[in-house]
Amino acid sequence: MSTPTAPISNLQNLLSQGEFVVTAECGPPRGADADAVAKKVAYLKGFVDAVNVTDNQTAIVRMSSIAASTHLLQQGVEPVMQMVTRDRNRIALQSDIMGAYSLGIRNILCLSGDHQSFGSQPDALNVFDIDSLHLIRAVRTMRDEGKDMSGFELKGAPRMFIGAAENPFADPFEYRVIRLAKKIDAGVDFIQTQCIYNMERFKAWMKMAREEGLTEKVHILAGVTPLKSAGMASYMAHKVAGMDIPESLLKRIADVPKEKASREGIAICLETIEELKTIPGVRGIHIMAIEWEQKVEEIVRAAGLLPRPAQAPTDC
Amino acid sequence: MIVGEQKKIAEIKELVEPYGKVLILGCGTCVKTCFAGGEDEVATLASGLRLALSMEGKEIAVEELTVERQCEDEFIQQAAAAIARNEAVLSLACGAGVQDIARTFPKVPVLPGVNTTFIGILEKHGLFTEECLGCGDCKLAIFGSVCPIARCSKKLLNGPCGGSKDGKCEVDPSIDCAWQLIIDRMKELGQLGRLKSYVEPKDWRRSNAGGPRKLVRQDHIV
Repeated sequence: MSTPTAPISNLQNLLSQGEFVVTAECGPPRGADADAVAKKVAYLKGFVDAVNVTDNQTAIVRMSSIAASTHLLQQGVEPVMQMVTRDRNRIALQSDIMGAYSLGIRNILCLSGDHQSFGSQPDALNVFDIDSLHLIRAVRTMRDEGKDMSGFELKGAPRMFIGAAENPFADPFEYRVIRLAKKIDAGVDFIQTQCIYNMERFKAWMKMAREEGLTEKVHILAGVTPLKSAGMASYMAHKVAGMDIPESLLKRIADVPKEKASREGIAICLETIEELKTIPGVRGIHIMAIEWEQKVEEIVRAAGLLPRPAQAPTDC
Repeated sequence: MIVGEQKKIAEIKELVEPYGKVLILGCGTCVKTCFAGGEDEVATLASGLRLALSMEGKEIAVEELTVERQCEDEFIQQAAAAIARNEAVLSLACGAGVQDIARTFPKVPVLPGVNTTFIGILEKHGLFTEECLGCGDCKLAIFGSVCPIARCSKKLLNGPCGGSKDGKCEVDPSIDCAWQLIIDRMKELGQLGRLKSYVEPKDWRRSNAGGPRKLVRQDHIV
């Protein structure tokens, strides 16, 4: 983990102080309407420490993550700008990172990205010039050595707090922790995990991470997504890549009357958070309330995680 | 081998319609092996085409010929007389063969009858799989001889993405996850530990990204 003199970002500051952090997610709109971003962000402001802004998630064309992150900054909310290697080559990625920094963006989440075949334009060509590990290393080199991937000394280095995703539920299981270690070596400061429903498997993954000493080297934020309905749960379980929702949970939400399903979904989410708080090495939660941002406050409040600590001044 | 798939007859028909005499030219190497453009496929396509054209009252003479390879001048010349007798050539070779015929006979329209798909293998009867992108800088030694450039849908060099499930790729459950194969193979070889190392970004200059490639062998230039 980097230990700069002044905190890079609010998120980095809170994590370095041992605070149990809360992040959320904001998917930019499928259009150019800045008010749509503002509306979502208003639901989150003051209830979380930083907000991830997705980068054309599920390969559906949306407002860019840099632009939407900038709208967040204007609203006084700290963004975690997501960036995928699917759509841009190394030239565009580095250029955009410098541009993002110049606009005040201080957190980045480095991803490979959902394959375009899932998206709205499956006829598109993908890029994948570099992978997420290469991107992590490139951002670290820019930050710590002030050089781009060619070794060129930059006039003004982007100082980013670097994140990556991990999916403890993907296969092959025995390689997942090796991959986490590789991401840490490449320079990642924090990890946000895939949504956790299979608690046993998550605990097993965390145990392996602790045994390898990895939880001492990286801040792990555990991902949760409240289920809105039995239909959504079933869709996520069967149609969304990398998702692992146990049958018992699907049954639990299917068994309550339809009008009470969303309440049950929130209850499950809160139980999950309670359990996550007790797992050594979990440094916070990442709430991905997909198109349900208005519920984030309720979840954070009921989880006993309000008020959020005041934002410390950072270098931006 | 180069794997290809014959175009649908409707598309082929449209391609040959402007001409009165057409030579269907097969290729007896790669595309023969993948049942797209060998002697048998030439014969089947010729009968199908004649039938389809006659049903529409179109008079197009269709001649058939197959040479060993359309990517070598020695074999191409064997088709010279037949090409001269016709107004156009419908080549059932890969894209290289089509272009080589066109280069050799500048005044003859040469039409593609096959969609060239990939460099691959016959994995089992009826199943051809892509194995190589011809990237010009082979790194198979790092990956237990399973290529993530050609076989991982995201070309990942440092491990599987979060979409690998039960050995299959998130893009399509009929696709094997290349990284599962790499890990299984390295385990089998007792070399799993090697996959802990960071693999540098690919230098794409030696691939097609660096522009069309040439291979010069000074020792063979006469």
